[in-house]
Amino acid sequence: MRRLALVAALLLPVAGHAGEAAPVSDDPALEERVMRLSHDLRCLVCQNQSIAESNAPLAVDLRNQVREQFLAGKDEAAVVDYLVARYGDFVLYLPPFKGTTLLLWLGPGLLLIAGAGWLGWRLRRRVREVPPPLSAEEHARATALLDGTAKPSQESRS
Amino acid sequence: MKAKFLVPLFIFLLLAGFLGYGLKLNPREVPSPLIGKAAPTFRVPQLQAEDKTISPEDLKGRVWLLNVWASWCISCRYEHPVLVEFARNSPVPIVGLNYKEVRGDGALDVKGLDPAAELASARLRARQWLVEHGGDPYMVSAVDLDGRIGIDYGVYGVPETFLIDQQGVIRYKHIGPITRESLRDVLLPKIAELQRAS
Repeated sequence: MRRLALVAALLLPVAGHAGEAAPVSDDPALEERVMRLSHDLRCLVCQNQSIAESNAPLAVDLRNQVREQFLAGKDEAAVVDYLVARYGDFVLYLPPFKGTTLLLWLGPGLLLIAGAGWLGWRLRRRVREVPPPLSAEEHARATALLDGTAKPSQESRS
Repeated sequence: MKAKFLVPLFIFLLLAGFLGYGLKLNPREVPSPLIGKAAPTFRVPQLQAEDKTISPEDLKGRVWLLNVWASWCISCRYEHPVLVEFARNSPVPIVGLNYKEVRGDGALDVKGLDPAAELASARLRARQWLVEHGGDPYMVSAVDLDGRIGIDYGVYGVPETFLIDQQGVIRYKHIGPITRESLRDVLLPKIAELQRAS
């Protein structure tokens, strides 16, 4: 009995905490949609957090806006358009593909192609490079080495 | 052959140039997509005249400034004397947008406060702040209790200031407190240009 009471007492703070973290809306499906979209939207106050993660007042306001617009029957694309119209592409963690973001999207690919092209060019040139012909002295040494008649001192020097 | 050794140096200088330029950019200044677009409309109660409302439509035909402020905003305290001085002989009216006066204050718990009480409280706090900080530079101030107007204007930090032309189009946005220098070097020339255009 006493042990049961202890367990109950230990669980008390957990129960209290669970009570505080009540969801903002009663509809869990809606909350999930709000949070999913919020993870893709940048908070303008704490710029490296999404509005789902940030507790800045503006992030809370924007989450409320997202929820309100979902309730009004708008879909994800309409809500994103609504926020981009006010805060610009900056709110998107996935920037759109357009004229001003061309370099951003294609830049890494172009760099990779340029690097691979340069490497290929270098390798091909190296293959084609013909080593200079041996001088008479080098030729004599090579022959001596091949014949096994080379002196040990010469061998160790090379 | 010698020139080859200069290649890494050249790459380094190029990189240093980019990084040096990046240092000068302010990531806090997010360009507004609203420049060149019609100022979002609203109609809300005025701060001082209790029985009147204010809307951007009331200012059609004039060049005007919309300054977002709140009594809990620390930077506004530095900006305020500049605005008060500017308002004495300003070529254009300054309209205040009192942003989330009550619920923006983190020290207050306003859950369950009804809108009328919040409006009354906002008026009390904002007027008091204006008296304590050198006067009211605003022709009129709009009260944005829940920050909805702020969201429509893309406000993400207070203070912010919008320059709006005769046709009600936003022409410029200043982020952060206005200083004497930014007023002289940026805002006043832009105002003069807009007024000449009319």
